[in-house]
Amino acid sequence: MKNKLIRVLSIAGFGWFTPVIRLATGEDANEQIREILLRIGVPVMTFAIFLLVWNGAAAGIETNLGRVPGPAQVLEQVRSLAHEYKEERRKEVEFYKIQAEKNAAKLAANPSEPAKNRKFTGKPTYLDQIFTSLRTVFTGFLIASVIAVPLGILCGLSRTLSMALTPLIQIFKPVSPVAWLPIVTMIVSSIYVVPREWLPKSYIISSVTVSLCCLWPSLINTSLGVASIDKDYLNVARVLKLGFFNKIFKIVIPSSLPYIFAGLRISLGVGWIVLIASEMLSQNPGLGKFVWDEFQNGSSQSLARIMVAVFTIGIIGFILDRVMVTLHSLVSYTPETH
Amino acid sequence: MAFLELKNVSKGYGHGSERVDVLKNINLSIEEGEFLAILGFSGSGKTTLISLISGLLAPDEGEILLRGKPITGPGPDRGVVFQNYSLLPWLTVHGNVALAVDQVFSDQSKTEREERIMKYLRMVNLAAAVYKRPHELSGGMRQRVSVARALAMNPDILLLDEPLGALDALTRSSLQIEIEKIWRTEKKTVVLITNDIDEAILLADRIVPLNPGPRATLGPDFQVEIPRPRDKKTFNTDESYKKLRNGITKYLLNIRKPRVVCEETASERGVCYA
Repeated sequence: MKNKLIRVLSIAGFGWFTPVIRLATGEDANEQIREILLRIGVPVMTFAIFLLVWNGAAAGIETNLGRVPGPAQVLEQVRSLAHEYKEERRKEVEFYKIQAEKNAAKLAANPSEPAKNRKFTGKPTYLDQIFTSLRTVFTGFLIASVIAVPLGILCGLSRTLSMALTPLIQIFKPVSPVAWLPIVTMIVSSIYVVPREWLPKSYIISSVTVSLCCLWPSLINTSLGVASIDKDYLNVARVLKLGFFNKIFKIVIPSSLPYIFAGLRISLGVGWIVLIASEMLSQNPGLGKFVWDEFQNGSSQSLARIMVAVFTIGIIGFILDRVMVTLHSLVSYTPETH
Repeated sequence: MAFLELKNVSKGYGHGSERVDVLKNINLSIEEGEFLAILGFSGSGKTTLISLISGLLAPDEGEILLRGKPITGPGPDRGVVFQNYSLLPWLTVHGNVALAVDQVFSDQSKTEREERIMKYLRMVNLAAAVYKRPHELSGGMRQRVSVARALAMNPDILLLDEPLGALDALTRSSLQIEIEKIWRTEKKTVVLITNDIDEAILLADRIVPLNPGPRATLGPDFQVEIPRPRDKKTFNTDESYKKLRNGITKYLLNIRKPRVVCEETASERGVCYA
C-alpha cells in the first residue's frame, strides 16, 4: 500500500513528497529528515532568497511606468485580477437573470412573441485568457503531433525518406515563430476569408504558428526512436510475417513510445514558449495578448500585471511539462527508463 | 528426401579485402522428428547458421530446402528461440505468446487461440506468471516464454540458438529436462545450437560439430545412441557416453590444434592461413 502510493507519487511528479510519507510511517527518521530538507527545504529557501533579492532590486529601478513592482505589488495584482474575474461572473449571472425576467414578462404580455436570448459578452477575464492560451497551444500541438509522429515513424523506417527530409528539418527547425507569423497570417487570411464566430482568424494563425515551431522535436525524436528499435523485435515481426500495419502498431509504435513521448514533451514546451509571442503579434485573446495590452496600456499597475502573467506562464509551462513526464513514465515499459 | 536440407551453403560479411567468410560449403540434412545438435566453439558461426535456416539471413551461395522447397525468408513454420529471448518488454507473458498465436492462427476463434496460448504456457510451467512482464521474470522464465511462443506457432521445425547459454547451471539443467520432454510429446524436428557438449549428448539424436570459423565447415556426424529418457546422473558410469564424449572432445581439440600452432607461429612466418 505504502510502496504503491510512493510509486504513484513518483510517477505523478510528486517524488519530493515521498520522504514525508516515509517519515510518517516510521522509516529511519534521520535519513528522511535529511531528504525532506534537501528536496523541500532547499527549494523553498532558494525561492525565499529570490523573493528577497527581487524585492531589493526592484525598489531601486524607476521606469516610465513607475517603480518596478516587487513581490507585494504582484501579489496585489493577483488579487485584483481575481476580483475582476468574480466581478465579471457576477455581472454575467445578473445579465441572465434580468434577461430571464424580461422574457417572462414579455411572454405573459404577449405569448406569440418569441423570446430573445442574447449571450453575455463581457470582456475576457484573466482566467478566460489562460484558457484561450491553453486551447490555442493544444490545438497547435495536436496539429504538430498528427503530422510529426506518423512522418517520424516513416522516417525511422526508411533511411531514404530520412535522408530526403533531413535538410528541410534542419533548415526549418531553428526558425523563430516571429518569422513564421507574417507568412501564416497572409496565407490564413487569403484562404479563410469569412471567419466563423467560434473559430477566429487569430486563433488559427497562432495555432498554426505554434505547430510550425513545435513540429520538429517530435519528428526528430520519433524518427530516432523508430530507427533505434532493437533488431530482435523486428526479427520477431519478420518471423511472424506481420503485415505492414501490424508491424507498425504491434512492434514499432510500442517500442518507440518512450522516444515519441520524450519528443512530444519537448514539443509542448516549445509550443508554450512560442505561443506567447505569436499571440502577442496575432492578437489572439490569450496570455500573449494580455501582456501586450498591458504594455500598451501603460498604467502604473501594468508592470505588476505583466509579472503576474510571467509567473502564470511559468507555472502552467511547468505543469504541462510534469504532465508530459508522467505520461512518458507511464508508457515506458521498464521501470529503469525515465 | 530429407526434411531440411542445406546444400553447399556459404555466408560471409563485408566486401573486398574486408570480407570475412563465416560459413563455407555447409552440407547438412535433417530428418523429420530428429533432434540435431550443432556443437561449436563461440565465434564459429553458430548463430549465422541458425539465422540462415530461419531465413533472417540469406545465403551467399547454395540453398536451403525445407520439405524440398527453398527457404526465401523467415516464417512461422520455423520457430526460433533466440539466445537473448527476444521478448517484447511492453507485453505480458500472455501478450508475447498471443502476438504469435493471433498472427499464425488468425482463422481460429478467440477461445481456440486462448486455449492454445494457455496450453503452451502450462507446458513450460508458466501458468502462474501469465500476466507478468518480461522484466519481472528471471532469465530461465524468460526463456520459457520464448520457448512457449515458438512452440505455440506450431512450427515444422524448432530452432534453438544457444537457448540456455545465458542461464545458471541449475536452471539450465532443469530446462534441459523440460526441452527433452517437450520434444518427446510434441514430436517436432529440433535443431539445437550449443557450446555445451553434455547438453548436446543429453538432448540430441545426432551431434554435428561446427569447425571453428572463419570459413567454418561441419564436422562428421556423431550418433547418440544412449536410450531415452536419458539421465545425466548415470552418464558418469555409462561406457557409451564416455566413449562418445571422448570422441567428440578429441575431434574438437584436434580441429582446433593446428590453428593454435598457426597463431603462435604466425608472427614469424608472416602468413598463416590464406
